[in-house]
Parts: sequence; structure tokens; C-alpha cells
Amino acid sequence: MFDSLKTRLAFIGLLIVLSIWALWPRPVITSRPQRDGTVVTDTTHPINLKRGLDLQGGIHLALELDESGGPVANKADAIDRALKVIRTRVDEFGVAEPLVQREGASRIVVELAGMTEPARAIDIVQRSAFLEFQMTDKDGLFRQALPAMDRALLAAGITEATIGRRMADSASRRAQAARPAAAAASSAVEDLLRSSNPPDTSKAARRDTSRARRDSAAADTSSLLNGPLSTLLLAGGNTPGEYMVASEKYLIVREMLRDSAVQRVIPRGIITRWGKTEVSRGARSYRPLYALQERPIMTGENLVNSQARLDPNYNQAVVEFQLTRRGGRTFERETGRRIGDFMAVVLDKWVASPPAVIRSAIGSRGQIELGSASLQEAQDLALVLKAGSLPAPLQIVEQGTVGPSLGADSINKSLVACAVGVGLVILIMVGYYRFAGLLSIAALALYGLFTLGGLAAFGATLTLPGMAGFVLSIGIAVDANVLIFERIREELVHGKSVRLAIDAGFKMAMNAIVDSNVSTMLTAAFLFQFGTGPVKGFAVTLILGIMASMITAIFVVRTFFMIYLTRKAQVETLSI
Amino acid sequence: MIRLFANANYDFIGFRKIAYIVTAIIMIPGLLMIAFTGLNYSIEFTGGTLVQVATTQPANIGEIRAALEAEGIPQPEITTFGGSNEFVVRARLAQHQAVTEREAQSTAEVVRSALTKKLGADAFTIRRYEVVGPKVGSELRQKALMAILLSFVATLVYLAFRFEWRFGVAATIATMHDILTTLAFIKYMNLEVSLVVVSAILTVVGYSLNDTIIIFDRTRENLHKYKRQDLAEILNRSVNETLPRSILTHGTTIAAVLSLLIFAGEVIRPFAWVMGFGIFTGTFSSIYIASPILLMIERKWPGKDARGVKARVMPAEHHDHHEAAPLAPTP
Repeated sequence: MFDSLKTRLAFIGLLIVLSIWALWPRPVITSRPQRDGTVVTDTTHPINLKRGLDLQGGIHLALELDESGGPVANKADAIDRALKVIRTRVDEFGVAEPLVQREGASRIVVELAGMTEPARAIDIVQRSAFLEFQMTDKDGLFRQALPAMDRALLAAGITEATIGRRMADSASRRAQAARPAAAAASSAVEDLLRSSNPPDTSKAARRDTSRARRDSAAADTSSLLNGPLSTLLLAGGNTPGEYMVASEKYLIVREMLRDSAVQRVIPRGIITRWGKTEVSRGARSYRPLYALQERPIMTGENLVNSQARLDPNYNQAVVEFQLTRRGGRTFERETGRRIGDFMAVVLDKWVASPPAVIRSAIGSRGQIELGSASLQEAQDLALVLKAGSLPAPLQIVEQGTVGPSLGADSINKSLVACAVGVGLVILIMVGYYRFAGLLSIAALALYGLFTLGGLAAFGATLTLPGMAGFVLSIGIAVDANVLIFERIREELVHGKSVRLAIDAGFKMAMNAIVDSNVSTMLTAAFLFQFGTGPVKGFAVTLILGIMASMITAIFVVRTFFMIYLTRKAQVETLSI
Repeated sequence: MIRLFANANYDFIGFRKIAYIVTAIIMIPGLLMIAFTGLNYSIEFTGGTLVQVATTQPANIGEIRAALEAEGIPQPEITTFGGSNEFVVRARLAQHQAVTEREAQSTAEVVRSALTKKLGADAFTIRRYEVVGPKVGSELRQKALMAILLSFVATLVYLAFRFEWRFGVAATIATMHDILTTLAFIKYMNLEVSLVVVSAILTVVGYSLNDTIIIFDRTRENLHKYKRQDLAEILNRSVNETLPRSILTHGTTIAAVLSLLIFAGEVIRPFAWVMGFGIFTGTFSSIYIASPILLMIERKWPGKDARGVKARVMPAEHHDHHEAAPLAPTP
């Protein structure tokens, strides 16, 4: 098939053209939202070779289903849907060629090249983005149940002090796990402290509550009742169902509300949700707590579009949304029935902004006010709302960020290493094999082109270990040529003519080249299978490098010899 | 034309006992050290947090360590990275410790805030940042081990298919030798065993195997060519004949590794060290481990023509008159 020189040259030419075509710069279009909400697209023309995060900087995240809050029913399906949602979110994020893929059965890997704010990336990817519109507890059912909750807490012996200690304990347990010896001593001290400070007896406390119930008139920012929970709850403003909790007591109240005894006495159909932002009254800051009707009148499932905007009247960021036609009709009917009531916008179980009164029926369009949030946060929120909510909560199991400067450093350094390595190899080959060495160096140039072209054609990613692998494989690539040249020399020494020696040299070296390269490729294949990110890049570079070196060392160099031999009719000696 | 070791005729096989002693001296103390003190695994394997920080002023490592410990990070490992203006903080997850994924994540935030407190927000930039949860780490350890074991099996099968089982076993034992000496070297150098270093070990395996196969290929050929010689002689001849190729190829590879070691920067340096050592151990094992082991196997379980035992049992001339079955099947 490749007997004639012409077909050989045509094949080599084809490979060169294919490699260059694979590497040829092509436009990459990146869209990123601007401050005013419009979207700008940038077009760049990089060489068509994907660079790994370690070379261009960026963020790597690995996520799995978070089952700490309860088991997830259909895991495979949940992962599939989460993958789609994350892909939609990330695609609009303004990163060139984001990568979102499934790894194994239960893991999602997200790579955002060029991105350097891990917190923001995590927020976008991990956020459940479950939107609910819920009415506030306008009948005061929660407030009526407060005394029962206080009693439940007292019966269980739970007070502000016990919760504070429990939280301190779990913090020290964490430290204890890390420092076993020191912790043993400190827990002994804690035991002493605990026995000297017994919990309030429930009898005394119960008397307190009964008295408290009598004077339940609540002034602004004064405690409602005197029970362990109710002392910490202050009356809110005009919004029904709104309470204020001093910021420093927030965690304690949260623990109390989570207690199963308290959960039992909270009226059916009522839930509590915390406000996203703190409010300050005078010198103190408070976290709002809302009692809401559990059944949402609308959820984000019916949302078709959302967009962030800066409201010029109040200079605050808002997210405008649009509902499906059916969703819009339901929303109109539900809100029309509740004019004059307060509605809370709840995002991932947090109340996004203070509930507002419904003045008229709301149709398919509405907006969420975000208070002090920046426009970028609003844009991120609009983006995740549009992409839909995650089917189940996700946890981050691995996270990495490489700064862009480090990546640039790595590229420069490995380019230098590459240049020096290639220079040394040229020196050795030409110095030792003279003319034949020159042929192998020409083949080596093609080897580099084919390897990079192969990387581009397969869409493989060039990583830092990959570049090291490339430099290394240049050293190894000449091995095939060395084997062939040594054989030719042996044959020449045995007195064969140049033509016969070259033929024999290639033929005899073939077995060794094939066997050694196949076994190296097997190792590289296992490396590929086991590796993640950078190591995979290394394995791919090695595999492509071996294939390219077989083509160039055997086929291309042979062709060069053939050209040389046809040019000179009479060849007596060979510079090898 | 320059010819290095053109008509070399060294008795490599004869020196094998000395070679065994040399390799034992290198290997055994290192493996004992590993057995007692373990290897220095990177956080990719142990789980934990790595933060690489560049500072505007040369950083005082001691002070930074104190600041991190004050924030409740137990035993942070801090090492300079290249110059004195850059360092790496590693907070490992302690072994056998039930740490949730979320806690592993929050360690990263603690490191950041501790540094902000100590140095000020503008005095440092975070260049790299890695958080690995405990689950990912343990998974990776298993995968790395599997990759190495499976590559052994594949090599064995391939060589058994292309040569004969004796060659496969000898090559695999030589490869194991390379892994053990490389591990000892990693211990002596106190290199961190990261994913990149594991890749380097696997590359050494591939490289050494490559070298062994080149010699075995010659052996296979010479067994056909010199039907009267015994295996020891043929092995010696094969090593000598491939010597010029070995010198050249190792020379170019060492040149590439040296340039990586010197110019490619801190991230690649451990890879280059392991690879550089691997070239030596790989070459050594092809000559002094793989070939003698092949001879040993042949003596214990002789092939059809039992050429490995001839040297000891009977004179070579004895078999002159009949065609012995070749040790390896004709490819």
C-alpha cells in the first residue's frame, strides 16, 4: 500500500494538514452579563488546544448528593437532573468552555476555567434555588402556640444556657478529634463546670411562664413573654408573623425551634423561616424570623424567565421573573383572593426580602426585591432561578482553585524546559548519528506536530503533567530511531550494502519497537483510567505521543531514507 | 562515525550477585523506614486543605504557623515554595477521624481568615487552593493501587502472549523491583506522594518495561540465531548488543528529565526527581534483575530444550547434532 514514494509522501502530507487543521485557531464566543443587564459577547481566537485548569487558572469542584438531611429517593435520577440544571446554570455564567460532567455513578465535576472567585462559583453551582411564595401567619397561630413551646422546652430541660453549652461542646469535640490528649483534659474541666451550674428546675420555670402569660402586651423590641423561647423573640413591625431575634441569640433560637418537642406543638400548617438579611434597630442588629403558612401559593417550578435589574427609585437590585401562562393564572387567582395580606418570597428556605402586602392580583410577571444585595448577586440569582432548582441538595467533596498567575508561570517554565530538552536531544542525535540524526530530528518536529494535533482532534486537555509528559516523550520518542539506526549500523558493519542495511535495520527493529511501545501504552491506559484531571492529561499525552512516535520514527524516517536513496543512484556510504 | 560500546563484551550476568547486594542496600533501609514512619502522602490522598500563598514581603513561617494554630488548625504543615515569598499551607485530615465533608471545606475558610488577620488582606494572594474531602482521598488511594496492579497483570499477559510466560514473570519481577527502589528513593528524598508522583512511578514502570523488552527481544532473536549457546551466554550477548541503544536512549531521556528538573518549576520537580531515579533503576533492573531472573526461572523450570541448565549440567557441544525447540515461539 505504501510501496511507492508518492503515496507515502501523500500520507505524510495528509497527516500534516489534518494536524494543522485540528490546531487552527477558531473563534470562541464568551457571553457575560453587564451591569445594566445586557449581555456582551467576546470573541477570541486561541489555538484550538484545551488547556487544563492548572495551566490557565480556574476552579474545579466535585459534588455529590448531600444525604445528611435525609436519604435521596432515586439517586441516579437526581444526579442526572442535577447535572442538567448545573450545566444550564454554568453555561450562562460567562466562562469560556465550562466543563460539567458526571464522574462515576454519583459525582458531578465542574470546571470553570479562568474563574477565580470560589465562593461565587460554589454559590451558583450548589444553590438549590428553590423558590416559594408563602403567605405570612396573619392569624397569629404561631404566637398563640408560643406558651406551649415554652412549656415543651422547660419540660425537656432546654434553656438558653444548655443550648449554649451544647454548642460549645460540639465545637470542642471537633478540636478534640484533632488533638486527643489536650481535649481529654479540657473535657474534664467542662464536667466540673457543668456540675456547678445545674439546669433550672422546671417547677420554678413553669411559674415564670404562667406569670408571663398574664402580661403578654408586647411593645416594639420588647420580649413577648418570659418563657425560654419567647423571651428571645421580640415583636416585629407591622408585618403579621414577623419576629425579631437579637443577632447574637440567633443560633440559640434556631436550635430551640429545631427541637422535636417544640416542633410537635407548632400549629399544623405553620412553618418558620429566617430572614436572609439582618436589620438594625438603633445600635443593635436583629435577625428577622417569620411564621409562614406552609403551603406555598406558587413555586419556582412555574418560572420561565428571570432577569436582574437595578431599581432606580430605591437603588436596589431586583430580580424580575415571568411565570408560565398556567402558573400566571394560578398566581393571579391566589393573590387576588389575598389582597391586603402579606406574602413572603422564600428562596432555599430563607425569606429573601421583608414580606410585602399584596395590593392587587399579581399575574405572570413579578419581581423579588433583594434589599442590600449587589447587582451581581441579583444576576446570579436570576441565572439560577432560570435554570431551575436542584432536585436534591449537593455537597462539595473536592474543590481546587488555581490563580491565573500560577498557571502562566507554569506554562512559561515548561516551555523553557521543553526548549532546553529538545535542544539537548537534537545535540545528542545529530552529534552521534550525523546525517541520519538530522533525519530523525526532522521526524521529531513532525512528531511534535502530530501529538499536539492529536490532542486537539480528540479534544484532550493539555495539563502541566501533560506538558512534562510531552517533554519526556520527546526523549523517549527518539528511542525507536535509535533502535533502527543501531540495527542499520550493525548490518553495515556486517558488510551489507547501504540499501540492504537500511531495509534490514527497519525490519529487525520492528519487533522490539512494537512490543515495547504496546507495553508502555498499556501502562498509560491504566494511568488514564485511574487518573483525574491533570493525570488524565498526562496519560493522554503519553498515549498520543507513543502513537505519533511510532508513525514518525518508522514511517516518516523510512520515507526520508527512501527520498535520499532515490536521489542518489549510487550510494556507497551512509552517514549514520 | 562515533560508536560507543560497539563490540562490548561485558559479563553482566556474572556480576549479578554484586548487583543484588547493591540493590538490597538501596532498597531495604528505605522500605524499613517506610514500614516504620510511612510515606508522606499529599492531601489528595489523605484529604485536607492546601493553600498556596504568595506574599508581598518575605513571610516568617514560624509566625504564620502560630497564627494558624491559634485559629484552631491542628499541626499545619507550612513549607516554602520556590522563593521566600511563597509558601504552602497543608492542613491534613487526621487519619481514622470522622470528619464530614463540610468541615473539610470550612478549614479552607479558616486558613484564609487567619492569614488575613495576620498579614492583612492586601499582603498576600492565594495562588492555589485545594480542598479534598475524606471520601475522595480514600477512593484515590484504592484507584492508584488498582492501576498499578492491573498494569502488572496486563504486562504479564501481553508478554506471555508475545514471548513466553517466563519472560512475562521476569519482566514483572523487575518492574516490582523498580517500584520498591523508587519508593525507597521517595522516602530518602522525603518527596510528597501526590498524584503527579504516582504518575511518575507508573511512567517509570512503563519506561523500565520498555527497556527490559528491548533486551528480551534481542534474547528471543539470539535464541533462534545461536542454537548452541546456553541462556546465560545469550543473555549476556543480548545485553551487550543493545548497549549502544541503551546509552543513547537513556542519554536523551536524561537530557529531557534534567531540563524538567532545572527549568520546569516546583510543581513538576518531584515528578522529574522520580523519573530521573527511575531511568537508573529501570536500566539497572533490565540488566541485573530481569535477565538473571529469567535465567533462574529457566533453571528451576526448564523449557523444552533446557538451555538454562546446560551450562551447569552438560557441555554445550552435546546438543550440536539436533535442532532444539526454541525457547520462544516464532512470532
